[in-house]
Amino acid sequence: MAGDGIIIGDVMVVGGGISGIQAALDLASSGFRVCLVEKSPTIGGKMAQLDKTFPTNDCSMCIESPKFIECDRHPNIEILTYTEVERVEGEAGDFKVTLRKKPRYIDEDRCKGCTTCVEYCPVRVPDPFNQGLSSNKAVHIYFSQAVPLVPYINERCLYLEDRKCSICMGVCKNDAIDLNQKAERLELDVGAIVLAPGYEAFDPGLRGDYGYGRFRNVVTSLDFERLLCATGPHEGEILRPSDGKHPHKIAWIHCVGSRQVIEGGSSYCSSVCWSYIQKQVILAKDHDPDAEAAIFHNDVRSYGKDFERFYQRAEKLPGVRFIRSYVSVGREMPGTKNVTIKYATADDGVKEEEFDLVVLGVGLNPPAGAGTFAGLFGVELDSHGFCKVDPANPVQSTRPGIFVSGAFQGPMDIPEAVVTASAAGALAGGLLKSRRGDLAKERVYPPERDVSGEKPRVGVFVCHCGANIGRVVDVPSVVDYALTLDGVVHAEEGLFICSTDAAEQIANTIRDKGLNRVVVAACTPRTHEPLFRDTLREGGINQYFFDMANIREHCSWVHSRQKEEATGKAKDIVRMSVARTARLEPLREYDLPVDKTALVVGGGPAGMTSALALAGQGFEVHLAEKESALGGMARRIRRTLDGIDVQAYLRDLIARVYRNPMIRVHHDAVIGDVSGYVGNFTTTLQSAGSAIVIRHGAAILATGADEYRPAEHLYGRDARVMTQLELEDRIAAKDGLVSCGRSAVMIQCVGCRDADRNYCARICCGHAMKNALDLKRVNPGMEIYVLFRDMRTYGYIEDAYREAAERDVKFVRFEPGDPPVVEPASDDGGRPVLRVTVPDSILGRKLALDADFVVLSAAAVPSAGSREIARLFKVALSPDGFFQEAHVKLRPVDFAADGVFLCGTAHYPKHLSEAIRQAYGAAGRAACLLSRDTVTASGSVCEADEDKCVSCGACIRACAYGAIEFRETPKGRKAGINPVLCKGDGLCNTVCPASAISLKHYTDEEILDQIDAAVPGGGSTPDLVPARPGFGG
Amino acid sequence: MRLIRVMCSGRVDLAFVIRAFRNGMDGVFIGGCRLNECHYITDGNYHALGMVLLCKSIMEHIKLSPERLRIEGISAGEGILFAGVMNEFAKRLKDLGPLGKGPGEDATNLGAKLDAVARLVPYLRLVERERFGIGVKSGEAYEKFYASGEFRRLFKELVADKLAIGRIMALLRKRPLTTGEISEIMGLSPSETATHMNRSSMQGLVRFDAAIGRYVPAADEGAV
Repeated sequence: MAGDGIIIGDVMVVGGGISGIQAALDLASSGFRVCLVEKSPTIGGKMAQLDKTFPTNDCSMCIESPKFIECDRHPNIEILTYTEVERVEGEAGDFKVTLRKKPRYIDEDRCKGCTTCVEYCPVRVPDPFNQGLSSNKAVHIYFSQAVPLVPYINERCLYLEDRKCSICMGVCKNDAIDLNQKAERLELDVGAIVLAPGYEAFDPGLRGDYGYGRFRNVVTSLDFERLLCATGPHEGEILRPSDGKHPHKIAWIHCVGSRQVIEGGSSYCSSVCWSYIQKQVILAKDHDPDAEAAIFHNDVRSYGKDFERFYQRAEKLPGVRFIRSYVSVGREMPGTKNVTIKYATADDGVKEEEFDLVVLGVGLNPPAGAGTFAGLFGVELDSHGFCKVDPANPVQSTRPGIFVSGAFQGPMDIPEAVVTASAAGALAGGLLKSRRGDLAKERVYPPERDVSGEKPRVGVFVCHCGANIGRVVDVPSVVDYALTLDGVVHAEEGLFICSTDAAEQIANTIRDKGLNRVVVAACTPRTHEPLFRDTLREGGINQYFFDMANIREHCSWVHSRQKEEATGKAKDIVRMSVARTARLEPLREYDLPVDKTALVVGGGPAGMTSALALAGQGFEVHLAEKESALGGMARRIRRTLDGIDVQAYLRDLIARVYRNPMIRVHHDAVIGDVSGYVGNFTTTLQSAGSAIVIRHGAAILATGADEYRPAEHLYGRDARVMTQLELEDRIAAKDGLVSCGRSAVMIQCVGCRDADRNYCARICCGHAMKNALDLKRVNPGMEIYVLFRDMRTYGYIEDAYREAAERDVKFVRFEPGDPPVVEPASDDGGRPVLRVTVPDSILGRKLALDADFVVLSAAAVPSAGSREIARLFKVALSPDGFFQEAHVKLRPVDFAADGVFLCGTAHYPKHLSEAIRQAYGAAGRAACLLSRDTVTASGSVCEADEDKCVSCGACIRACAYGAIEFRETPKGRKAGINPVLCKGDGLCNTVCPASAISLKHYTDEEILDQIDAAVPGGGSTPDLVPARPGFGG
Repeated sequence: MRLIRVMCSGRVDLAFVIRAFRNGMDGVFIGGCRLNECHYITDGNYHALGMVLLCKSIMEHIKLSPERLRIEGISAGEGILFAGVMNEFAKRLKDLGPLGKGPGEDATNLGAKLDAVARLVPYLRLVERERFGIGVKSGEAYEKFYASGEFRRLFKELVADKLAIGRIMALLRKRPLTTGEISEIMGLSPSETATHMNRSSMQGLVRFDAAIGRYVPAADEGAV
């Protein structure tokens, strides 16, 4: 082995999927040096293989790849790909890690990513990125946006096998190929370790019971992601493996490898499959509107934020059948190679039906080799083989200094993987707070070229976005068109303009062709503008000389069936953008100091955890609670299914909050006013009769949720009808009804999944299982019925569902149109009971259940004060009234408003341990901000022209930020603007009657030119409808 | 649908809307925050609402369907609502037909009328601020004011007459005209034209050239 490099860092992140990437970025941005270690040839992980993400159907790669580049360009992140951990020694604060960098047979420093070697390589191997559904060369780049953008050589290379071929070495102009490369050993000194190895998709081939591996037209859901994807084996055409034809009739089978206690299966629910299958159905119908889809499922598990609406969207599509049945895969038809599925329905009995393609909804398993991996790091695994964590601190492994991020904690979706990454960042940051900033470096850009006096020289870069744009819009013709526009001196197309090489290419083109304006015609500035502005800085011009023409969200995605019109529209959009760009001016940004204090609103477990995590990282915290005691809703919970003794946990948490000298608690707090902006907020609150003014740089909103007060099922009119929380109180109080009652009925979905609240409250099924098991413990003979629509016991909660069934809790499913009816009655023996009548769809008759008490699983609803809090902090609410995060997938604890973060049930109902990890996540995100000395304010602010100002004061009245004031000038009193206070909304610009105020980057001229350019020919249109020649006016 | 990004709906100037119609756009949509949910602290969306309601009155006055202009508050979490509103608006515009050709619309001299409105924009900003100020921050209060008799009276006095005179000035700058010719081009009754001509003579904007029997712009006409 060659090399003996020693790398000194703060944190090692193991695993370069979305979770590891986020952990690395958060830590690197808060002053730590991070080493990101990934065993495959690129960072990206499973998310890079997905086509779209639920429930927004955002393109997965498109939202993830900007983060690859951010990692790549970050001065505090060292990426080591194709590298595995060999040994870990030491302890928290001082780990010595030995790494083994596998030979990729390419010198990463010399390789330019030109792919000439790939072209000449004679060997084809199954492409792992495409799940082996297509082939690639023995030397290839893992995928187009790979970081590093360097190929690797597969062991099936003829030279590596038999030393037979070395064509690649001959054709490489950079001498980058080294077929004799050896593995390299690296030593790494770090203070903390974040484990983010992700998960492994269940392999149905191992057991063979679904025909996978035997029948060619049976694929897994991950295979199907690749089939759907524009960068997939058939460029986004869904073609079935046996004959390459479009499958017309597709079946999806749920719970493959999950919710199974048979050999090779997992007992837990993999949590994500319900929604990803909805997504695949919607996308398949989008590819082929006439396709027929059959979804064989068990419970409808759309338990997450906006999942219920997503399900409804899929369900309403024509030609889509949801069939509630267990299935078995039958046989492969000779000739057609179609596959049959056997299933049973209540109406038709057992049937066998033929499908062109069968997609197996495979579950999430622990990462391959998890046992060895855990042994290496000295951490324990749980009974399911995922990393063992403390439910009261789900990011902490069993070994101090080693934190867990992402699906290695257990099955979770992307936002949870991101949240836990930020949470791991918060905990690692707490451990290493004394060395924050010691190793961190600042980014250095080339000097900015002065382009004043130059005519606009616009470069237009048109992106195919794989096939997202290219399949609809004729990209080459847009490029040709762009070249005809005034000021455009360069135009080119790219498969993915956001890939590292394409971005570097833009920077080079800026320099080589002397560009002074850049238009990227691609996707949305919301995700990609920072990346391209950064690219302009790399190219040596001011970052504001940039505009994004959105030809994807605004064009190809909404006009996917009108290719010609979409191409015309894309040209219009590019023309508008070029017109605007010619007017753009270089702008200077402002550095504003950051007040290193946080305000946390809400003193439940989420708020307290955030406060402690921030205090633990060395930041001062104000914790505002509206009640006189801390604890929030958790004061009413006794235990959790994952084993937290909630009251003991709460006592400890509250004591730690009060003891912490960095935290100041404000009881009975009412927030009266919030002003300021990121890094510099001023909040006034009333607490204990006095007004307190708090200056803070960040705010975390953890205002919780309320329990729905049912109007149905005699609640409030009959004392024997109670909510799950009330039952929990009674169980704890050893109430007679509970310990002596003969029977109880629980009714699920009370107050949600209906017209008023079109969402699933997520926690009620788990809550019901916990209480049912507790009832059985104190009163084993009690008859318990759970009346449900779908049991949504996702994740490990599934085990509690199974246990309840084993303990003879009876489950009866009802339809929302025919809900249970509760009425007082007497049973045969004259005992007063509550009689619950419910139709039993399996037995086909009405069941009458006599109960001593009825428990309603009342929904969690947005807390009463959340609307007011949202108004005060200028943050958005979702249609259901919960806080709306900045991006559902990748910014799950940020608000769109900078400097404000969210966590806990105010975001959406969630279990305690989920709220805790989200609270750590919010603290991690807030720490990224608070650890900086300054924040950069946009250069897009207003300026006033003294010569034009008529001193009318309209602007001063319009500006609620107080950024404008009269200043004495030689020409008299004139409006003057303080750019630091200006927020760039531009209202003053609009109200100024003298056109003396201009909002930079959105000037009248820029916008009017854009409006004119919306019409071909550009605004010089003759009179619209000249009525009488000569009298036009 | 062609989209233009601004940072606040309050940034959308009347001049932008008029320019879009002048360029032949069939409709203009303004999207912003919901009322009282401003993401700045300036409540610029109320300013936008006032501008839209005033602009709708102007459109009605120049015989354009006010339905061609729409403003909606939609939060970032309401993608489905946004798509629904867009489809509905596009359908409505299709039903109305091309600009100036919808029911009750008059395309005659539309360009000239819109140019006259555009020239009035700085003046309208003053009028909006001084005379159309609404103290209450509520959507209903805005709708109510702009539907009131008080507003109609002010509109006639402060906007409609100014617009007419502005257009007459534009005509006279091209060539001298008789009162009859002005009435015909403008579609005004002789008495309405006479009122405008008397007022603008008094303000020193036009003079009657007895030698040619026609009105001409006054030598030192003030800008409108």
